[in-house]
Amino acid sequence: MFGKTWLLIGLFAAVFSGFVLFAPAVDAGDMIQVKGSDSEVNLVQRLAEVFMQKNQDVNISVTGGGSGTGIAALINKQTDIANSSRELNAKEEEAAKKAGVTPFRVIFATDAVSVILHPENPVAKLTIDQLGKIFKGEITNWKEVGGPDLKISLYGRQSNSGTYVFFREFVLKGDYSQRMKSMNGNAQIVEGVQRDKAGIGYVAVGYVVGQNGEVKPGVKILNVAKDDKSEAFSPAKMENVMSGKYPISRPLNQYLNGKPTGKLLEFMKFQIGPVGQEIVKKQGFFPVQANWMEFNRKQGL
Amino acid sequence: MNLESAVSRTVNMREQEIARRKAHRRRFKEKLIERFFFLNGLTAILVLGGIFALLFIKSYPAFKELGVFQFFLGAVWNPTSYSVPKYGILSLIVSSLMVTLGALAIAVPLGIGCAAFISEMASKRFKEILKPAIELLAAIPSVVVGFLGIVLVNPIISKLFGISHGLNALNGSILLAIMSLPTIVSLSEDALRAVPLTYKEASLALGANRWQTLVRVSIPSALSGITASIMLGMGRAIGETMTVLMATGNAPGLTFNFLEAIQTMTATIAIELGEVPYNTTHYYSLFVIGFVLFVMTFVVNLISDLILQKYQEVER
Amino acid sequence: MSKKLTERLGLGLLAFSAVLVLLFLGVILFDIFSKGIAVISWEFLSQPPHQGMTEGGIFPAILGTFLVSIITVIFAVPLGMFAAIYLHEYARPGNTTRMIRLAIRNLSGVPSIVYGLFGVVLFVQMMHLGTSILSAGLTLGLLTLPWTITACEEALKTVPKAYREGALALGATKWYAIRTNVLPYAIPGMLTGVILGLARAAGETAPILFTGAAFFLPHLPKSIFDQFMALPYHLYILSTQHHAIDKVRPIAYGTALVLLGLILLLSFTAIWVRYHYRQRLKG
Repeated sequence: MFGKTWLLIGLFAAVFSGFVLFAPAVDAGDMIQVKGSDSEVNLVQRLAEVFMQKNQDVNISVTGGGSGTGIAALINKQTDIANSSRELNAKEEEAAKKAGVTPFRVIFATDAVSVILHPENPVAKLTIDQLGKIFKGEITNWKEVGGPDLKISLYGRQSNSGTYVFFREFVLKGDYSQRMKSMNGNAQIVEGVQRDKAGIGYVAVGYVVGQNGEVKPGVKILNVAKDDKSEAFSPAKMENVMSGKYPISRPLNQYLNGKPTGKLLEFMKFQIGPVGQEIVKKQGFFPVQANWMEFNRKQGL
Repeated sequence: MNLESAVSRTVNMREQEIARRKAHRRRFKEKLIERFFFLNGLTAILVLGGIFALLFIKSYPAFKELGVFQFFLGAVWNPTSYSVPKYGILSLIVSSLMVTLGALAIAVPLGIGCAAFISEMASKRFKEILKPAIELLAAIPSVVVGFLGIVLVNPIISKLFGISHGLNALNGSILLAIMSLPTIVSLSEDALRAVPLTYKEASLALGANRWQTLVRVSIPSALSGITASIMLGMGRAIGETMTVLMATGNAPGLTFNFLEAIQTMTATIAIELGEVPYNTTHYYSLFVIGFVLFVMTFVVNLISDLILQKYQEVER
Repeated sequence: MSKKLTERLGLGLLAFSAVLVLLFLGVILFDIFSKGIAVISWEFLSQPPHQGMTEGGIFPAILGTFLVSIITVIFAVPLGMFAAIYLHEYARPGNTTRMIRLAIRNLSGVPSIVYGLFGVVLFVQMMHLGTSILSAGLTLGLLTLPWTITACEEALKTVPKAYREGALALGATKWYAIRTNVLPYAIPGMLTGVILGLARAAGETAPILFTGAAFFLPHLPKSIFDQFMALPYHLYILSTQHHAIDKVRPIAYGTALVLLGLILLLSFTAIWVRYHYRQRLKG
């Protein structure tokens, strides 16, 4: 009996050491690590899948965690590409410099941050100012904006999210209400609002709009007006977003450490090329705007 | 004195010398082996000390830069604020305590009741179903319990209370109660079983019924063990991460309303550790939270130990 | 009359609590099983995920959990065994021993996320092991250590004193006596404890969150310095962060079921080991 146990342990040890010792060393050049934005993760996973089909020798690993996580990983040299739905802030630029990392920014899609409500909520449009007040916690009841007498139930992201930061900078220009529930990703916000009659949340457009502009069942997308004198527009229509009529739009970024070369460069070119941009549209997002394309080209892509 | 006896005496002395040397070596080897095992035993202290030291060293920069009061007297946790970063962990501590106390409110009566049932009333067959069932409950991973909090308990709470969603402190309390139950039940049951039979027999002989015996004799005698089990259950609840991360809604504001979303200390670390660049103030402040957690669970464990020690002394 | 009534009510309440606890367990198991079983198939268990996790299987997560567990065992078991041997066979009552026992009890109460914090700083950063199977396994090993020590000590306690004393009386050295007369009888109990500890470690998420677990890896880990997928982490992401959260809900249930199944399998194995060798010892 004693002998049998040792035999088993020995077997395990043998299998394991075989795994450890004889495993081929992973060639860092063949594996591209992408981390970061939850808004972008689905899109980039799809782009990576298609790219890998055409380039069998390349392995791309795409994980989420939020834009902040991706940027931190880039600074800590733990990823090749940081997906970020916001720009680097001053603290991060400083930290990058200190760590010897040179952020190289590429824009590969356009997003319209959409505000979603429960389908039974009669409110159909709001101004940016009203939205800001709601998320700051200054407007607390739906009846103040023409809705039912219900306490507003806020759904947002966590501080590692680029969408969280972008929405705050652009719409709130102040701090989020401490009563806002921090969800782990866009999908959790959608799920929360679907079940919550008093719910309101902000998500990347690709999570609620399909490739033909159709809205995901179970939520209602708010039309947003720049101010109370302007018309309110829906983010579901591409022309609203590309022309700037829908006010809450933003470029989707990828940050690398210095100008990419080799397979990494090919992947970046693929994403902003015609095939990549088609995939972007199919996933419910919008293609890169002209001025950002110029930016990419100036950097050599 | 002839040659033979001289030789045999020398040989004897030689043999004795060899035997002594051998014994010496064996004793040395034994000492070495004991030293080896001692070092292994020491690792427990090393690890505990290491964790404490590390947490302290990594929190220190945050304390130095922001001062202790910012953390403990501030109720707003917003390190990535639009304007001024705030590092107040008071609301986080309150949230952790809320779910813990809520969990105990559910798990203590249920746990003691169940333990009493097992030790006093259950037939052998029932015991053989109940005890493995409790062990099974203990084996369920926290992520699975959290998952059920999202998909199962959430809609039930929102329907029951007519509120718009069920991700709140109540949800967390229920889930944590489920997770602390096995600890409370098994330790309380041990404590109840340890009550001398003579106590119970004396009580029954004096005319008390089983319920009175239980409430007035058994439980009071087992009180230290039961209290210790509650403290351990409490420690588990304070330190639980995944369950509360998934089911309490994660709103960091200060509240005492169980039907509102809250954010515990453990969830805060889990949410933010992934996104902070290493060695920034925000990073260090997460270690402050870790340090506070460590101290809290240490204190709870210490109290439970003291109670158990006193219990053993009293019994003697 | 009233006394009888209070007794009836009181005892009824006790029965009620027991039933409620059983109900909790029943509801949990029933929900996971009923909604997860639909997804389970041989493909689910042996295929990697496809189409952004909305289809395919969870094999890499099963493998990842397995690999991390091996590291955990290699680290925690010898250490735990030897520490238990010290505590039970060699330690003299005194302050050092008391401190060791206090340390063990406290370690078992340390929150899992604090172990995660410790692991990130010590293994990922200071020892430069990066986010990897090794870092995560070592972190889980630390988490499992107090349990392993306690379980091994319990196993040693069950060996009758006479075995040791008999050997010592015959002139054996202490270590020899332990090695030949105590350990062989304690090993099954130790094995039981180790397997149960493993079952617990396999379900932990917080310690591996930042020390190596990943959600979408295009290929299996090639060495212990790679990142890995793991069942509990997979369930966590599928149910909170995934982009098609309602579409993958069934897969989440399936993952939960597989995780539970694995833990149950390990627990039953442990109990079987204990039972089987108890029979052996008796006979």
